[in-house]
Amino acid sequence: MSDLTAGGEMQEETSGTIKKFMFVNRRAPHGTVYALEALEVVLISAAFDQDISMVFLDDGVYELVKGQQTKAIDVKNFSPAYRALDGYDIEKLYVDADSLAARGLTEDNLLVPVEVLSAAQMAELMDQQDVVIGF
Amino acid sequence: MLHIVNKSPFERNALDSCLRFGRDGSAVLLIEDGVYAVTRGNIAESKIKAALGQMKIYALRPDLEARGMQDAVLEGIQLVDYGGFVDLVASHNAVQSWL
Repeated sequence: MSDLTAGGEMQEETSGTIKKFMFVNRRAPHGTVYALEALEVVLISAAFDQDISMVFLDDGVYELVKGQQTKAIDVKNFSPAYRALDGYDIEKLYVDADSLAARGLTEDNLLVPVEVLSAAQMAELMDQQDVVIGF
Repeated sequence: MLHIVNKSPFERNALDSCLRFGRDGSAVLLIEDGVYAVTRGNIAESKIKAALGQMKIYALRPDLEARGMQDAVLEGIQLVDYGGFVDLVASHNAVQSWL
């Protein structure tokens, strides 16, 4: 396949097909760079007009905790950016109920509106995706 | 001995190992993602409570604040700032980091 053909096909695909992308967040913020990197990739992906969803499970639920103040550890507090996702048409935020419960957290502790799902519901949602990217 | 743990109790078993080898009179300092262990309702809560009988447990306040968990700290945990971190290191004969 020549580069030209590949380019042509790609263009056709991006203009015609909307795929379902899921970004799976499983890491706590600040201790490693995963959470911030995931957020940046999601914000970039918003430019491609795809069907984006973000999932928070395991320690990933800690990314959404209210009241993060990072001044004293001298790193960027990127948590307010989750509230901005809405402005990029990323409105599908899903949180695993068991992961919240195992950490003594409830929906009230989170800084953005989310849909809390059971493991079975989450599994069904994952099954519907074209692309799943984990962090 | 001062033990330092910087990993989330959900992600690694560093805290479990630390508590298994910590002796009476040891001190444990939780930093970075390790601070989640001393928050209410966490998987490590019962282990932390049991360990408090034998050792002093400290957590770094700036790391709790960065994670929005400063209001969820278990009773009996002593919070320290960076100056307190230095004092802990200086006042113990050795430091073991459970990375």
